[in-house]
Amino acid sequence: MQRLLKQLAKPLSQGAVAGVLCIYIALTGMMEAFGEREIVMGVLDLGKLVLFGPFVGLGLLLQQQAPNRRVGWIRVLVACLAGMVATGLFILFIDAVSIRHMFTHASPALVAYMTMGQDVLAAGLGLFAVTALGAGAVGSGLALMPAYLRNTIFIAALIVVGMALLSELISQVLRQILNGRPDRLLFSQGALRPAVAAIAVASVFAWRGLVPRIRLRMQDRLPQLEPERQRQVSLAVRGAGVLVLLVLPWLVGSYLSEVLANVGLYLLMALGLNIAVGLAGLFDLGYVTNFAVGAYLMGVLTNSGPQATGEFNFWLILPVSILAAMFTGLLLALPVIRMRGDYLAIATMGFGEIIRLLALSDWLAPLIGGSQGVLFIPKPNIGAFTFQTPQHLFYIILAASLVMLVVINRLDLSLTGRRWMAIRDDETVANAIGIDTTWIKTLAFTLSAASGGLAGAIFASKLGTIFPHSFSLLISMNVLCIIIVGGMGSIRGMVLGTLMLIGVPELLREFSEFRFLLYGILLMAVAIYRPGGLMPARARHYRTEPAPQPAGGTPAASSSAASG
Amino acid sequence: MPDRTRCPIDGKPGPVTAADSSLAATLVRRLALDRMSWVDVVLLLIRIGFISAVIIGSTRTFMEGRFSAAQWGTLISAGVAQGSIYSLIALGYTLVYGILRLINFAHGDVFMFGAFCTVFLAIWTSQQGILERAPAITVLSWILFAALVSMSVAVLVERVAYKPLRNKPRLVMLISAIGASFFLQYTARGFFSTAFRSYPTVPGLDGRLELGQITVPHVQITVFTVALALMAGLYILVEKTRIGRAMRAVSENMETARLMGVNIERVIMFTFGIGGALAGAAGVINGLYKPQGVSFIMGFFPGVKAFTAAVLGGIGSVPGALIGGLLLGIFEALGPNLVLTGLGIPGSNQLKDVIAFLMLVLILIFRPQGIMGEVIEEEKA
Repeated sequence: MQRLLKQLAKPLSQGAVAGVLCIYIALTGMMEAFGEREIVMGVLDLGKLVLFGPFVGLGLLLQQQAPNRRVGWIRVLVACLAGMVATGLFILFIDAVSIRHMFTHASPALVAYMTMGQDVLAAGLGLFAVTALGAGAVGSGLALMPAYLRNTIFIAALIVVGMALLSELISQVLRQILNGRPDRLLFSQGALRPAVAAIAVASVFAWRGLVPRIRLRMQDRLPQLEPERQRQVSLAVRGAGVLVLLVLPWLVGSYLSEVLANVGLYLLMALGLNIAVGLAGLFDLGYVTNFAVGAYLMGVLTNSGPQATGEFNFWLILPVSILAAMFTGLLLALPVIRMRGDYLAIATMGFGEIIRLLALSDWLAPLIGGSQGVLFIPKPNIGAFTFQTPQHLFYIILAASLVMLVVINRLDLSLTGRRWMAIRDDETVANAIGIDTTWIKTLAFTLSAASGGLAGAIFASKLGTIFPHSFSLLISMNVLCIIIVGGMGSIRGMVLGTLMLIGVPELLREFSEFRFLLYGILLMAVAIYRPGGLMPARARHYRTEPAPQPAGGTPAASSSAASG
Repeated sequence: MPDRTRCPIDGKPGPVTAADSSLAATLVRRLALDRMSWVDVVLLLIRIGFISAVIIGSTRTFMEGRFSAAQWGTLISAGVAQGSIYSLIALGYTLVYGILRLINFAHGDVFMFGAFCTVFLAIWTSQQGILERAPAITVLSWILFAALVSMSVAVLVERVAYKPLRNKPRLVMLISAIGASFFLQYTARGFFSTAFRSYPTVPGLDGRLELGQITVPHVQITVFTVALALMAGLYILVEKTRIGRAMRAVSENMETARLMGVNIERVIMFTFGIGGALAGAAGVINGLYKPQGVSFIMGFFPGVKAFTAAVLGGIGSVPGALIGGLLLGIFEALGPNLVLTGLGIPGSNQLKDVIAFLMLVLILIFRPQGIMGEVIEEEKA
């Protein structure tokens, strides 16, 4: 008996963890909020996915770790039972005792959702139990099938869920390209029609069945081409990319252009902060300072509202904002330049909050509006043409982002870039080999501020009004999350991180409430499992080409001499 | 300056020889001006600027006689009460920093969680009339409950967010800590919604004590007494018990302590637990002291300020946290009225938090080892 208990202790505890996870998801309100998002019409919604997802996970994990099938099935059964009992007790509890005054989401609606709308509680619990067991069995089944098939199923599931979640985007694009309402064929109220889902799954299977035979991978083909052709191909790819970006706002419509514009602004900030955090290793938690300086300068100098001072033109003030942000960056860098690591992070966070509180205060209100903010900031214009809609503004942001991308890319490859990386990797050594660390770090702060100022200036003009609460610590944190999740020092990582952390939450209204909760989990997960971020910077080896072999020299000796 | 031998490598002036003993040279040498870089000049200017601002501001306020002695007394007693709450939270930072060299960014949210969970118990006891019948015991039970909640949260955070990162770079731990802070805040928001909730009024705490001209509200005295008692308890725990000795050993040198047979993981867990319990208790007395109630974002400002207090007192030092917290509370209460009003800045009480953040930055710049001056060697971040 004791031996049995000992063997079952692990699956029991893992099952309990899955149950607690279910309860947590239910209590935070995620389950109900996600439940409103149908994935396949009438079959599956996102809430059910997060309710039974842990059980599928249990099945998959325990079956994979088991020494043989029989033990695996027993463990899965035990774990699923444990998870079910925990969740079931929770359902019974919130049905019997009202704890709504404390946990706002523990409502009868939640009970109804978790018992799948059955009138009789017992029937609902039974249905829940059967589905949970089924989910565990599906997980086990996935674990037992060949890896290729399993991956195919995962890809199909991902595509179906992705299509359903991005239904708004897909519909919008379809409506722009084709006349009428072609999206009605695919979606019904944002959910995939079952037939469409089936076709999507079938095509994934067909593709996975065929592709191994007709593999056509660019990565394999490209190196075989001549260098001249290679350059042409990469130029063509880049040109096509820019072309897609140019037509993108008209393809996705006004609302999604707004989202794209926000993504672009965050990308600008991420690229800037990346200089300090990613390249030079200076953990700056006060990046919002530069954003605020850029925005307020643009706002104050161009607006025609109560704070009107000059009413200058956007294009005149844009470089001024950037320079002002750089100057502030320099000023704030000087006192903290000797700090390292975590103290630097806290001190810069202090700066960020001081700026916000000053913007909010009555002291500076005559100048920058205090809590009333700055109103009536004009949109940018060229001659008679005004960048009025998000679609127009997107081009300004796109241009700024492309310029910054080129600048950052050049900096990354430059001598200064390598000095920053040397400081990041070991400041003492960097100092010892003759790098003027003080100056190089100041430079990092100053240059990193430029991009923030640029983003702030465009932001002010895009919104037309700015308020102090737009410049909270959360902006710094968002940008920092992008860099850490994307991959410190990696430009591709910045793009991915911005799309993932800014773009996706704005597309999925259901997620927006839980955005920072997911950020928190993501930050911890990245720190623990992938400290380099999702798309880490490629480790670069400055290796010179091995010189032509002198007679008698061994290849190993000469290559080791040339590397370094 | 007369010619001196210059260093052949960097061209800086070499050691002073007997040749240059003019008055100017002596002055330069005495003030170590020859070894100053431009960063030192900037820092010196900042220092002079702030000191003169404080002196000018406070003299002008005193010259104008804007506030009476009784008003100053009231401000100081409010500062002491607020400061003792900071001290309690600061202890959590200090203990953890002493052992792991980690700024536990989520500590402010541990404080929030205890305060937030307990507010429901407090409202319930008030509705049931338990609070009316036995106020002292009820409040003590709140403190105990909050301490338990915060202790569990702190230990959980340690388990999930920090334990997998032992011996990893400190910045990776800081990232995880920021993640944990977000996680706790928005979990509380999901659980308890965004509404503010207030602690019920405790009978007997709404009175005032007259000390000559100065009136001190009872709640301030209570806050201060409870905080002092808890800190005395902690001091005894750290200085006199076996586990306290283990904690001190680990913070002195983790590897040596491990070799001496101290169970490091247990000590770390215990440290987080104790820090969390104190933060939870601080959450309740903060709720008693501040009528505006608790919400899911309430942890940030007290958290940052308590960290300031911990650094001000000397991070890693238990008495330092007490002194730092009290000083910060008093500065924060006096600063706006004393300095900013004197400098002619309107709406100076809005800038209370600016003073706290400014102090944080200035301490980190000029005296990172704090008042108690325990120098923690700089390990590579």
